[in-house]
Amino acid sequence: MHLAYPAVLAVLLFCVGLYGVLARRNAILVLMSVELMLNAVNLNLVAFDVWLRDALHAGQALTLFTIAIAAAEIGIGLAIVLAVYRNRGTSAVDDLRDTAERPDDGGGGGGDSEGAAAEPDQPDRPAEGKASQKAEATA
Amino acid sequence: MTTTTLAVLVPLLPFLGAVAGLLLGRTVPGLARPLAVLPALTSLVLAAVVAARQGGDGAVDAATQLTPTGSVPVELALHIDGFAALVAVLVGVVASCVQIYSTAYLRDDPRYPSYAALVSLFTSAMLLVVYSGDLMVLLVGWEIMGICSYFLVGHYWETPEARAASLKAFLVTKLGDVPFLIGLFALAVDADSFRITKILATVANGGLDHPTLIALLLLAGVAGKSAQFPLHSWLPDAMAGPTPVSALIHAATMVAAGVYFIARLLPVFAASAAALVVLAVMAAVTMAGSALAALAQDDIKRVLAYSTIGQLGYMTGALAVGDRGAAVFHLLSHGAFKALLFLAAGVIIHAAGTNSLAAMSRMKDLRARVPDAYWTMTVALLALAAIPPFSGFFSKEAVLGAAEHTATGHAESAPATAGWIVLVAGLVTALLTAAYAARLWLLAFYGRGAEAPDHGRQPVAMTAVLWVLAVPSLAFGVTVGALPDWFDGHKLAPTLTTSVLGTGLALVGALVTYGAWRHTTALAARVPIGAVAAHPDADAGQVEAEAIATHAPAYGDVASAPDPADPGRLLLGPLHRHAAVGFHLDAVYAALFVRPVQAGARLVRFLDREVVDTYVRGAGTAPRWLGAAVRRAQTGNVQTYLSALLAGTVVLAVAAVLVATAGA
Amino acid sequence: MTFAAVGHGTLAAAAPQGFLSPTGVEIAFVLVGLVTLGAAVVTVTTRQLVHAALWLVVALGGLAVEYLLLTAEFIAWVQVLIYVGSVVVLLLFGLMLTRAPIGRSPDADSGNRPVALAVALAAAAALVWVVVDAFRTQWIDLDKPQGTTDVTGSILFRHWVLPFEALSVLLLAALVGAIVLSRRNAARSESPGPPRAADSDKEQR
Repeated sequence: MHLAYPAVLAVLLFCVGLYGVLARRNAILVLMSVELMLNAVNLNLVAFDVWLRDALHAGQALTLFTIAIAAAEIGIGLAIVLAVYRNRGTSAVDDLRDTAERPDDGGGGGGDSEGAAAEPDQPDRPAEGKASQKAEATA
Repeated sequence: MTTTTLAVLVPLLPFLGAVAGLLLGRTVPGLARPLAVLPALTSLVLAAVVAARQGGDGAVDAATQLTPTGSVPVELALHIDGFAALVAVLVGVVASCVQIYSTAYLRDDPRYPSYAALVSLFTSAMLLVVYSGDLMVLLVGWEIMGICSYFLVGHYWETPEARAASLKAFLVTKLGDVPFLIGLFALAVDADSFRITKILATVANGGLDHPTLIALLLLAGVAGKSAQFPLHSWLPDAMAGPTPVSALIHAATMVAAGVYFIARLLPVFAASAAALVVLAVMAAVTMAGSALAALAQDDIKRVLAYSTIGQLGYMTGALAVGDRGAAVFHLLSHGAFKALLFLAAGVIIHAAGTNSLAAMSRMKDLRARVPDAYWTMTVALLALAAIPPFSGFFSKEAVLGAAEHTATGHAESAPATAGWIVLVAGLVTALLTAAYAARLWLLAFYGRGAEAPDHGRQPVAMTAVLWVLAVPSLAFGVTVGALPDWFDGHKLAPTLTTSVLGTGLALVGALVTYGAWRHTTALAARVPIGAVAAHPDADAGQVEAEAIATHAPAYGDVASAPDPADPGRLLLGPLHRHAAVGFHLDAVYAALFVRPVQAGARLVRFLDREVVDTYVRGAGTAPRWLGAAVRRAQTGNVQTYLSALLAGTVVLAVAAVLVATAGA
Repeated sequence: MTFAAVGHGTLAAAAPQGFLSPTGVEIAFVLVGLVTLGAAVVTVTTRQLVHAALWLVVALGGLAVEYLLLTAEFIAWVQVLIYVGSVVVLLLFGLMLTRAPIGRSPDADSGNRPVALAVALAAAAALVWVVVDAFRTQWIDLDKPQGTTDVTGSILFRHWVLPFEALSVLLLAALVGAIVLSRRNAARSESPGPPRAADSDKEQR
């Protein structure tokens, strides 16, 4: 079998997953897209392992590890998504914009407000777990 | 103790007194007065001993070099000749009198300790100038006097007049000091030493390369310090200081420093005929102009200030004709009677509650309230007007005699032109001096109208000093025969021609003024005028401060009053208006210097605010706009960030591949 | 290219075969690949969230078939077990717990979609170009199976045993992390979320 077939399939799957990560709103759909990307990598690993006839079967071993890590990742990711959903009532990725600079502080171009702009972000939020806010950025 | 040790102690004691006064005066108020008076008195005694030991013989010279100071050595040097010894005695006398007088005059002043310490420091600096044999050391004393003068003139710093006057005194004298310093350096470079003896030796050998330039540069500093035209305008304004300060600084000592300096270095000036003529013209303009201005002043102290300028003009005139003996003789007698005049004026201001002659001329029997001041001031005014046999007559005739001597071509050192200029100006000034002296006397003591306010007797410390100073004013003339031994040996006794001329003119001036006064005094009753200090029972210093502060609001000007009963107004006619403001010299200065400087400052401010700041603001605005633009990218949407990141990765990867392909 | 050089060195039997005369395995691979790719595309584009999860099952299952075709049978069964069996079920639980709408949701895609499409297409173009350019002449010899369960197991527990144990520690850490994250803070009571959501995750694991 031509090596190009699994390689191209992996590339296309990866890019589909990429599109999903960038375009989907729901965090769980984003996680699914991440799974697609991981699987694309797995396919590559398997294909090259077979092609190279690796005596140690490094490709297949790494594929197994990747699958295990993906499972762990999906567990953690879902826990984070659930925590966010409990706190915010939404799991839409583009609603979570706490790291943005809000238009009322500093957008007006007052020369002396730059220093203070970063500060008031946190305190006037409703009382929420800071840890989950940080975590949702990584989800 | 050797004479040298004594001479070192003379300036050192008031200096230590000043330091102790500044350190202890506030914490131990009881010590302030002894610390002020005792060093001055001790210095006087020591200066007298030094003078007695020196005795007009050969000069006492001593020098020690503390450390090498480069190409031209600076040495701590003493040079005590007859001039130095006698001037030091004068300084000691006046300083002691002023310190004693001040204890009463500023009785209740909370700033008395610092004031007394500054007067002590000033005395020390003046004695240093007098005794110093090294020009750099002399310059130290010279500048200390300048800064002390600044502080003391500004003693009543609550009043705007005093603040302005102290700044003006400082700036104007500094204006002269800059060329003075350059002149000193030029002189030292030519003579290769700052020692006066070596410089004089160099001059005697003709080793001076640029005598005219050096003399003119030094002359600028002297004009500033000794209040000669055109740098004299600070002195009348400096009358915003307390009266004892005026007596000490602006009559007897500091302003005399310039004259004394020329007297010491006269050969340097005599090496240049041009410098002597300039000096003569300066003296003549100063004399005549200040006498005219004195005739128009209303503030009693400003009259005396202008008279000081005029008498200093006599001294520089004597120097211009090459006779430093006459100059220092006049310096000594003038120091005594002018100090007396100022101190007596302080008593009068305290008693009358005003410093305005117009207001005094409407007070009856002021002379009965202050008999000590009346009699001593009469003596001093007679001395000022050079009426025989008072001291001023002898010293002024010595000046006029020297001028006549030179004018008729008998002097070898000075040009005849200078002699003529000084002689004519001196005679005119003699007439005017008598006129303003008579005006002052008549207006102050022979007023008509309401009774003068009665504040009881004046403090003894103030009146006793007047009598002490009255003695030399009355009798200093008898030393005229002995003085030449102390000086250069020129005869100082009056000559017949000038005596008759000068005394005659003085009498004419006094009589004309009397006539004018008789004519105008009738008007006085019709035009009521007067302003009296609000706290007549306070100490004299406070009364004077209030009088100065209220003069401009009450009469419209610090210098003159709109008084039709003023004989000076009748005598001067249309000239009065110009004389009252010192012939518009301040306005000229304002137009020549102040306004260009202010315009330059405005220009610089404009350049700074509108041009330089534009760049600064631009440097701030551009990053701010850039920041605003970059901030728009911070949406907080993780997907956007990730898209940008991955797009960048793709671009980089493609670029890497392309580069690798091209390389292969 | 550099990638290809590795292949040349190690693989002696790199006989170039034409693309126009595919073998049976190739045909099967391509067909299953097309199904997999289609399912993946539907997964990332459908507006029905639950359908997305189900299409993901198809895609992952298709990949498992591809593994089989590549003679990696153990990987294929692990794929089916873990991905299809647990991960997708987990995702479905997640969808339900976050009250994902059943049916078409109009806002399944964010406003970032055009950018995402552009980036994905660019990445695809670049990667396909590179991969095809590098490996178009390489041939995989599938005659001798490379990934039998016997061989994989022995290799895994002989050579890879240390990373394997480290992986178990990682899984433990993930477990603890998931518990900590999904535990409801006792002090907070206003949370609108469903009760004890995280426990079910761990049971699935």
